[in-house]
Amino acid sequence: MALDKNGIARRIAQELREGWYVNLGIGIPTLVANFVPEGFAIEFQSENGILGMGPFPIEGEEDADLINAGKQTITSLPGASFFDSATSFGMIRARKVQLTVLGAMEVSDRGDIANWKIPGKMVKGMGGAMDLVASADNIIVAMQHSNREGESKLLSACTLPLTGVGCVKKVVTDLAVLEIDPQRGFILLERAPGVSVDEIIAKTAGRLIVEGDVPEMVL
Amino acid sequence: MIRKVVANADLALDGLTDGMTLMVGGFGLCGIPENLIAALKLRGSRNLTCIANNAGVDGFGLGLLLESRQIRKMISSYVGENDEFERQMLSGELEVELIPQGTLAERCRAAGAGIPAFFTPAGVGTEVAEGKEVRLFQGKPYLMEYAFEADFALVKAWKGDEAGNLIFKGTARNFNPMMAMAGRITVAEVEELVPAGMLDPNAIHVPGIFVHRIFQGAHYEKRIEQRTVRPKNTPL
Repeated sequence: MALDKNGIARRIAQELREGWYVNLGIGIPTLVANFVPEGFAIEFQSENGILGMGPFPIEGEEDADLINAGKQTITSLPGASFFDSATSFGMIRARKVQLTVLGAMEVSDRGDIANWKIPGKMVKGMGGAMDLVASADNIIVAMQHSNREGESKLLSACTLPLTGVGCVKKVVTDLAVLEIDPQRGFILLERAPGVSVDEIIAKTAGRLIVEGDVPEMVL
Repeated sequence: MIRKVVANADLALDGLTDGMTLMVGGFGLCGIPENLIAALKLRGSRNLTCIANNAGVDGFGLGLLLESRQIRKMISSYVGENDEFERQMLSGELEVELIPQGTLAERCRAAGAGIPAFFTPAGVGTEVAEGKEVRLFQGKPYLMEYAFEADFALVKAWKGDEAGNLIFKGTARNFNPMMAMAGRITVAEVEELVPAGMLDPNAIHVPGIFVHRIFQGAHYEKRIEQRTVRPKNTPL
């Protein structure tokens, strides 16, 4: 069965390593923080100016001066720090942040990503996404395998305006975990529990490499 | 000590005229100069270009100036969550330039640091790169981006003193320090204005040299855009 949003987030949480600073984008990526084991040595960065981001506040303790990049009220953990936007993107461009997890409208089999604009329909802006994908060594995309019209979001080339070129390393969807090899395409690493390789092949428009037995995700 | 204190938001905007370019601090509604925005609305200045990360929401923040058609152009990184903004943009009434958030921050910082331009990897290979100089450094392409120029910078801090020194709180800092450094005239509104000597010089985020006018805001609503909470008694 295809994963729900929490399932995607739970699987991405397995990619985290102790000692990493991690930036989580808006939407499914934000949920990843809910699946970090207790005591796991990791810090979340939000590009509006905090390291050591904690969970949502208890009702009544919201602080208008303490939000994440999704403008949600948050808390800070012991050891947290606040800083300005130039410092924030300084640490991002200088590769101090080890992992970026973000959503996407389209990903290509060369690692291109599009997630900020649908010409003539929707223009919200790129926010910090272009800076993040241009610099992070490790970029994981969290998204549905297909869009609302049922079309694959894993393409041979993005059709929407790009956010970044050749930058995405891994994609976790409701159906699969895929690694991107810019030369070969999407390499199928894992499939969601009960989802067949045939279904993933049918729903992936870009080049897909299937090698040997593809294991089910262990969640 | 150089006198910088003005009585109120309206006096702080003296000299601001139609067609000027303004920097406006804040991220979403967090850390926006709400008293200055209100005063600007009353003042009625028009054809403004606003450099601000976001465009406020309907009925608050820069959304107020969009409603009254005072803004001609927005330079921002993210403009969702504002119906009036979207309507004016799609109808062509409002000119919009979207740029990466880190580039926006650095173009402010460069302006306040006396640096005319810089190179960044953000936007390489995208439509943001159109018409821009690309240079290779250690084999990797970077775009040249210019420092902004702003007639006024309108910023908001938590505490300030008569000398113009500023201290921010939490994530309300965001773009405010770099914009404060970048304005030809920088106006700071603060929640608490204290006499010189009351703030610890070790704790100052923006030195007073960058601030030309300062006042204590008459009222702060500090609206929350996305109120997210967890139930009581849930562990961290």
